[in-house]
Amino acid sequence: MSVDTLNHSVLDLGAEPVRAVNRTLQAASGGAFTIRNPNGAHALACGLDAPVDITIAGHVGYYCAGMNKHASVTVEGNAGTGLAENIMSGTVRVTGDASQSAGATGHGGLVVIEGDASARCGISMKGVDIVVGGSVGHMSAFMAQSGTLAVLGDAGEALGDSIYEARLYVRGSVAGLGADCVEKGMRAEHVAELQALLTRAGYGDVDAATFRRYGSARQLYHFKVDNVGAY
Amino acid sequence: MTGSPKIPRTAPRKSATFDDITLSEIRRAAATGIYDIRGAGAKRALPHFDDLLFLGASISRYPLEGYRETCRTDVVLGDRFASKPIHLKIPITIAGMSFGSLSAQAKEALGRGASAMGTSTTTGDGGMTEEERGHSELLVYQYLPSRYGMNPDDLRRADAIEVVVGQGAKPGGGGMLLGQKISARVAGMRDLPEGIDQRSACRHPDWTGPDDLEIKIQELREITNWEKPIYVKVGASRPYYDVALAVKSGADVVVLDGMQGGTAATQDVFIEHVGIPILSAIRPAVAALQELDMHRKVQLVVSGGVRNGADVAKCLALGADAVSIGTAALVALGDNDPRWEADYNALGTTAGAYDDWHEGNDPAGITTQNPELAARLDPVAAGQRLANYLAVMTLECQTIARANGKSDVRNLEPEDLVALTIEAAAMARVPLAGTDWIPGPGGR
Ligand SMILES: Cc1cc2nc3c(=O)[nH]c(=O)nc-3n(C[C@H](O)[C@H](O)[C@H](O)COP(=O)(O)O)c2cc1C
Repeated sequence: MSVDTLNHSVLDLGAEPVRAVNRTLQAASGGAFTIRNPNGAHALACGLDAPVDITIAGHVGYYCAGMNKHASVTVEGNAGTGLAENIMSGTVRVTGDASQSAGATGHGGLVVIEGDASARCGISMKGVDIVVGGSVGHMSAFMAQSGTLAVLGDAGEALGDSIYEARLYVRGSVAGLGADCVEKGMRAEHVAELQALLTRAGYGDVDAATFRRYGSARQLYHFKVDNVGAY
Repeated sequence: MTGSPKIPRTAPRKSATFDDITLSEIRRAAATGIYDIRGAGAKRALPHFDDLLFLGASISRYPLEGYRETCRTDVVLGDRFASKPIHLKIPITIAGMSFGSLSAQAKEALGRGASAMGTSTTTGDGGMTEEERGHSELLVYQYLPSRYGMNPDDLRRADAIEVVVGQGAKPGGGGMLLGQKISARVAGMRDLPEGIDQRSACRHPDWTGPDDLEIKIQELREITNWEKPIYVKVGASRPYYDVALAVKSGADVVVLDGMQGGTAATQDVFIEHVGIPILSAIRPAVAALQELDMHRKVQLVVSGGVRNGADVAKCLALGADAVSIGTAALVALGDNDPRWEADYNALGTTAGAYDDWHEGNDPAGITTQNPELAARLDPVAAGQRLANYLAVMTLECQTIARANGKSDVRNLEPEDLVALTIEAAAMARVPLAGTDWIPGPGGR
């Protein structure tokens, strides 16, 4: 481990395997780290449980910062499938694009994708807040349970299919809404909530009032309301 | 003249095709417009372990003395990659059953009974409760498509992790928990609105296929310091390929669940018509392990209708390392006990047939979230019953193993078995009793 000009401890994936780098990060109780030469490595910086500050200089593979707690992870590049999956708390930021299932099943914390996110962004989200600077792919927020997904660009087909109580905000166009997902009114409280989230994500200059809101019609909450006793 | 002679009449005859069950289901469907949902496993008769027999000892095979000569039953699961594999004293584990589908008391009882016998229990779709962690010495934490309650702390306090791809009762189906059972506590753990009919996902949200699964397993190992055994659970459908792919993906243990396997709530049509019987699935699974030189290195746990020590012995003889029980464990706790007959009658059923586990009105207090009903189950007494039952199964399995001259239950082998039916002979790949005929390609 060396130290760079920002006083970060430097870990080099060109010299050490993922296991060694993760072990160092998981053992840290604080401080700042820079990871060099990630070269698309999988499961990098996952399972963190302390307020460490991590900068990854390059592209990462699957499940970067998976199950994150407390840590702040920035990827200077693109991220593969399952970025920050099941995140509990802390912040994960990607300066480029993210592949499928970004922020999947996240329980808390904040995920920011400055570029585009692919299909299934926020799938089964359970309380996480996700802000996407670009657009999201199809089936985003599928079965989304709670938390907030804000998309500054467009959303693909079947947005919010089978959604529960998550809140979706999209500034651009929506190619199509999934089953039981409907557009809802944008009231003052929603504008305020979204503006606070945008600010937290570093998009404070974007006007929350220019977004539209989507959520559950709650028609799928019961298989058959008339006959609940029959199955 | 006394009138024309009485003409004999053909006795009223019910159709074998349109039998009473079929007719009643047509009427139910016609009245409600919704499919039938129920708990438990396939109820129709299927080729099963009763169709196999052990040969025992003879002039050319020596038995071991019952009680005196050692017959080991312990098994280690997960020593392929995990630094902390699981040591079980008996080759019988408790299958994954969710808190939500089961009461907290039932989960506690399962933990108590299993721990008393030195074996493991398993969480389910809905997360880990304190009751089960506290009372289970060895707890397997399921990693399911829904990821309800999933968190890294529970992952680390588990003794093993089971990635659930499928379940024998419903290969290809997700979970269901109907509104009656989504109590405030269950809803809180799952982050769902109270009282809704919940359908959990059938596919994992962040991986598809064996290449992804390999990376997913790597992530789970990274999060848990490569300590925990990672199981992969599949419903029996294409066991040869699924087991090979699970091994390729880096599993330490494969759990294979046949179509008789129980479920908390699934469509009846799914339970009865999708998947294959466990009897037909074990040999292809073992063949895959053997071809990869992974038999006994990646352990195979099988389930689906395991009821007694003979079933356990047959599973082991066919090549499994251990078995898992769900329904039988619930019955040992007190499920479907005739002592509640009046209550079952009030629900329009009878002890032994009760399967509306999804409705949450279980008279035995097991498949319910109703506090009054759940209080009927004493976790200490029920845990003791489960321990007794596990002890009996183990003794039965040892009895059979000794009769076949085996000093370790896992030394039982297909050569110790014959089949009573041609179907069973073909599926289990053992000869029809009294012959040397194994039907099918590669038979003899
Ligand atoms: C009440 C109940 C709940 C179940 N819940 C789950 C579950 O959450 N996850 C899972 O993988 N399997 C679940 N199963 C299936 C069991 O893990 C196991 O595969 C099956 O019960 C084995 O077959 P058996 O019941 O014939 O022993 C459940 C089964 C029952 C009876």
